[in-house]
Amino acid sequence: MIEFVFQNPILSALLALGGLSAAFGAVLGFAAVKFKVEGDPIVDQIDALLPQTQCGQCGHPGCRPYAQAIAGGEDINKCPPGGQATINALADLLDVEAPSLDAEHGEHLDVKRVAFIREDECIGCTKCIQACPMDAILGAAKQMHTVIADECTGCDLCVEPCPVDCIDMIPVETDLKTWKWDLPATNQNPVFHVVANEVNLIASDLGRGHAFGDQHDGNKAA
Amino acid sequence: MTSLIKVWELPGGIHPPEHKDQSLQLPLGRVPLPPVLVIPLNQHMGTPAQPVVQVGERVLAGQLIGAADGTFSANTHASTSGTVIAIEERAIPHPSGMNSESVVIEPDGKDEWIELTPCEDYRSLDRLTLLDKIRAAGVAGLGGAGFPTAVKLAPKSTQVIDTLILNGAECEPYITADDMLMQVRAAELVAGTLLLSHILHHPKNLLIGIEDNKPKAIAAVKAAVAGAAVTDPEAANIQVVVFPTKYPSGGAKQLTQILTGREIPSGHHSADIGVICVNVGTAVAAWRAVRFGEPLVSRVTTMVGDALATQRNVDVLLGTPISYLLTQHGFNANNASRVVMGGPMMGFTLLDLAAPVIKTTNCILAPSKQELPEPTPAQACIRCGICAEVCPASLLPQQLFWYAQAEDFDRLESHNLFDCIECGACSYVCPSTIPLVQYYRAAKGSIRLHEIEKEKSDRSRQRFEFRQERIAKEEAEKEAKRVARQKAAEEAKKKLAEKAAETAAAPVSSADPISAAAVKVSATQATPDEQKAKLERLVAAAKNTLEFQQKPLVPNKTNPVISEEQLVKQQVRIKQAELKLAEAEQKLADFITGLGTTPAAAASAAAAPIAAEPAVDMNDPVAAAIARAQAKLTMSPEDKARANLESLRGRLAKAEEKVAAAKADGSANLDALQQGAEKLQQKIAEALAELSALGIEDKPAPVAAPATEPAAPEPVSAEQSAAQAAIEKAKAKAAALANMSDDEKRAEQIQSLQTRLTKARERLAKAEAENDANIEAFRAGVTKLEEKLQELA
Amino acid sequence: MALLNITSPHTHGANRTGRLMRLVVYATIPGIVALTHFFGIGVLINVLLASLSCIAFEALVMKLRARPIMFYLRDCSALVTGVLIGVSLPPYCPWWLVISASFVAIVLAKQLYGGMGFNPFNPAMVAYVLLLISFPVQMTQWATPLPMLADGQTAPSLVAALDKIFFSIPIDGYSSATVLDVMKQNSGLTLDDLYQQQPVFVEGRWAGAGWEWVNIAFLLGGIYLLYKKVFTWHAPISMLLALVVMSALFYDSGSSNSGGSPTYHLLSGATMLGAFFIVTDPVSSAVSTRGRIVYGALIGVLIYVIRAWGTSYPDGVGFAVLLMNFAAPFIDYYTTPRTYGHKKPRRATDASTQDGGH
Repeated sequence: MIEFVFQNPILSALLALGGLSAAFGAVLGFAAVKFKVEGDPIVDQIDALLPQTQCGQCGHPGCRPYAQAIAGGEDINKCPPGGQATINALADLLDVEAPSLDAEHGEHLDVKRVAFIREDECIGCTKCIQACPMDAILGAAKQMHTVIADECTGCDLCVEPCPVDCIDMIPVETDLKTWKWDLPATNQNPVFHVVANEVNLIASDLGRGHAFGDQHDGNKAA
Repeated sequence: MTSLIKVWELPGGIHPPEHKDQSLQLPLGRVPLPPVLVIPLNQHMGTPAQPVVQVGERVLAGQLIGAADGTFSANTHASTSGTVIAIEERAIPHPSGMNSESVVIEPDGKDEWIELTPCEDYRSLDRLTLLDKIRAAGVAGLGGAGFPTAVKLAPKSTQVIDTLILNGAECEPYITADDMLMQVRAAELVAGTLLLSHILHHPKNLLIGIEDNKPKAIAAVKAAVAGAAVTDPEAANIQVVVFPTKYPSGGAKQLTQILTGREIPSGHHSADIGVICVNVGTAVAAWRAVRFGEPLVSRVTTMVGDALATQRNVDVLLGTPISYLLTQHGFNANNASRVVMGGPMMGFTLLDLAAPVIKTTNCILAPSKQELPEPTPAQACIRCGICAEVCPASLLPQQLFWYAQAEDFDRLESHNLFDCIECGACSYVCPSTIPLVQYYRAAKGSIRLHEIEKEKSDRSRQRFEFRQERIAKEEAEKEAKRVARQKAAEEAKKKLAEKAAETAAAPVSSADPISAAAVKVSATQATPDEQKAKLERLVAAAKNTLEFQQKPLVPNKTNPVISEEQLVKQQVRIKQAELKLAEAEQKLADFITGLGTTPAAAASAAAAPIAAEPAVDMNDPVAAAIARAQAKLTMSPEDKARANLESLRGRLAKAEEKVAAAKADGSANLDALQQGAEKLQQKIAEALAELSALGIEDKPAPVAAPATEPAAPEPVSAEQSAAQAAIEKAKAKAAALANMSDDEKRAEQIQSLQTRLTKARERLAKAEAENDANIEAFRAGVTKLEEKLQELA
Repeated sequence: MALLNITSPHTHGANRTGRLMRLVVYATIPGIVALTHFFGIGVLINVLLASLSCIAFEALVMKLRARPIMFYLRDCSALVTGVLIGVSLPPYCPWWLVISASFVAIVLAKQLYGGMGFNPFNPAMVAYVLLLISFPVQMTQWATPLPMLADGQTAPSLVAALDKIFFSIPIDGYSSATVLDVMKQNSGLTLDDLYQQQPVFVEGRWAGAGWEWVNIAFLLGGIYLLYKKVFTWHAPISMLLALVVMSALFYDSGSSNSGGSPTYHLLSGATMLGAFFIVTDPVSSAVSTRGRIVYGALIGVLIYVIRAWGTSYPDGVGFAVLLMNFAAPFIDYYTTPRTYGHKKPRRATDASTQDGGH
């Protein structure tokens, strides 16, 4: 039998290849079971990246539904509160090109905002309470309402239903606790050096931009 | 007492020019009382103190003006006697240049002190009492961080302290405050060391670490230790450790490493490795707090820099404005490049010189332009690696810089960004003059903010999910009820059918609404006792309300005067309550009389009119409902509208009668009744319109939904629908906005505002008509909208 | 007085990139002098030509990139690259070779990667290696060192050199095999025999005529730079040590199979130039001290491998440096230092929130 195999090179080749594939298959199968990665389902991962404002600007009733929609193939550029940062993170996660924000769904505001009820004017209609996806408005019928600022995501959804227009979106101001140093001055963001020449910079020149304040050797942007 | 301890080598570090002589030429000075003292309430690390004085109050020196808010906070005291002229946001020494709540005191020049309680022998006191004394005195780390000292001195029971380090390293150039303090208050420093040692259960090693560039301070402290050792044997234990000058050996982590060879594990406190490190100034302050009961109201500060005419150390009251201090030292503003609080390596520039001296102000550096010129422009990093060589924490500064620039926070954390002590050694040696420390600070700040945001978004997710669950649960409950009702209806239907078969030959045509109505009735009628109880409760409640309303109006805090209007209102309410009570009693009486017939009989009674349509027993609500439903079901839209109209007219007639009656009585309800009548008229008009529409356009008329579907209202949650409506609106708005130019957008905005305004006006009119309590609010809304509209137009 | 919000530290050491680069240029002077002494005026012409063209290319690119030219030229990095190219290329090589080398170094190897600080490879070595592969004949024709010249023959005059460089007018007997060539082509002779037979060794003392002095001169420059703390000892010393260890291991008692003695390897070819002027280029090397030791040592090993067992190229400094430039990030990954308060070094990809201590 063995001799027969040896005498038939094609047969022996087939056997060898078959054996090899069986062996490797077994190894791979074993590895797949043994080293199985218990990753989060993709929806959870997407949901974790979304800003959780639950504002519905993407057209879905909340962030999780949008996460599900993204997992189902929807565009990732429909989240104005998250802005480009969220889009980039999503693109990174899903390994796709990062598109820019779809203006159709609104604009990204750099300043975070929270709702504020002018309490003298509130009539206690509870309409904003019903609209708030966060349960961040406190109050009862015919009682003055107030926003729990710490829980408010600035989604805007309570402004429209208010019959007396007593809800304002006020920007969150930096205080001593949230203050932080800025990155050092660059040409895009000169902090303490005046930029004399307007120069087109590329990313690699960040941090060197303020050099141009004392450069007058005629390097106007080409 | 001499140094027997091994001094370990600090990795990295630099030797910048020391510049320490210039401020040590003059003895420790004092400045006259400033015209005003600004005492911030957060001079320490942790929660700001809460003010406990009022504006206009006279305070004495050492009086508590800000009470610690929790453990991680510190008391704040008046530095001298005077009047509190304001408690407001004032400039504080902080890199942000922001303001913070401060107590502003106008000194009266008398410097009267509160009564202090000295303590001759602290060893006789409980350790907790001693800690309380230190806490009460508001002692916080004077070295720079401002950590509340009482917290530091109370390590956890699991942390066995074997080493107490007194930090007199003072490694930063220019600063000599601790040097001066050790020279003039060496005895107090030794006494303070012994006190802290006592509080910490006498740790084995008592080390006073001083860099070798302070020979006078070393001599003074050594002499003081020798002097104290005569009376106190423990003082002989104190070792004055002199080690080579190198920046940043004065950092708590670095000093611990130099003196003990131990490293404080990342993310832990020094107490975890049995070491407590206290600044020498803090030890003196703690000693004075215990010995003399004296709160921390002044500190030694170095005034230095070529822009000052006089450079020296001063013992200055906390709250003294820095601008005043600078003036007192001949500050030449024209030649100053900046004013720095702290040293040249770690200090920060002051954006507002009105900021006061606080507990952590160890130095005011006012360098001339030649001394510390403006930073030169940064060049590209050439990865020379000198920064890594000088880093005392053995980080890779150039990698951190790279990732901070790219805002790659994961990599920053894996390169141990948070172990950076921001000593500035890397920036100091950087040949490309890159402001590395600023990159690290910015990155640290961003990471912290990101963490806060992440936490918040997680919480938001939870809240949202919880809300969704709650809504789902509510819906499920409604659904369950509906199912139960349906089941009951089916049973009732069965019964009805049986009964009908028994009583009449005619088969029952049981359309859904009818059976449902029957079920509804049976559901309510199934338990007459319950129903009775309910009615009785109703009566009781009505009585209660009446009683409540009948109570005489009492002037209270919010409403000191009872107006005419209120009296009228109350009478109206009493009347209403009386009416309700009467109604409720009537219902109860009706029910009790009706109870004579059994439910079964009622059901059969209900069945009968179905079989014989026109003969409806109007007294039986069940039958009536069923009949109405039946009738409506069979009616064409036109008929329905007509019927609707009829019923409305009936109601109107009744209402008008009531109005007339009320008029006759002069009843207070007149307005309300008239309002009701008007509404009915409106409805009639609507119904007429509907009818005509039916007639002319032959369109399927909108069905009067509530009447035709009495049994199964859509179980849609009001909240959800509201939210969805809002979402829809927002969506539509966003979509529309996106496609519009600015002008169009504005036009759109105006449009929407106008509609809102109209709505608001309607509401206002209605409110006015109904004499609504919220009328003012509505009015305000309208005015606001009008204003907005004007702004836009 | 304007109150500026300037971040700490407010004071700054005297170190500047431009100063470091200038020191490097100064440190090459002994080497250039030695080279000129042994190989004639051609070396100076090379250095001059390369420096000027490098600076010109740098300025040109800065102009094209709309950057302030003087600000970037002031860091002197282009000058350093130019000088290094000048001393690496054979003297009296055609002018276009020098210009191409400058172009490759500044434009391709440096500026296309983002300029100063961003180039993954040492620009001078990229240029050298690229030209060596493209023009092997021109790049391996080294002038005959002074001690080996025939009696009465002198180094080429300035005019002859310029003629040769710009007009390809040949100079008689101007080129000869270098020490490394001789050693490489040796088969069958023991080292002692070789040292006695080959004029290049006969005229020299330890490692071949001229070359040994050139290397000693570069070593002097390197020691000056170490003294000035322009770089740390780690990379160059570990490279030299690795080279010594390798040559000692394979010395084979000077038999015909021997790759040469440690002294020979230390003082021939571009060893010292490489150790102190190429390997120490911070931009393209590893960053931590441990990393630099590994980086230097691996370069030393590679140099020996290429010199002893490589097939066509006699010297391996350029190739070795470029290969290790590739590996620098990899070395960095495994040589992160242990941070204060941590028990062990943390890898750059370790995202876990470890606290290291417990």
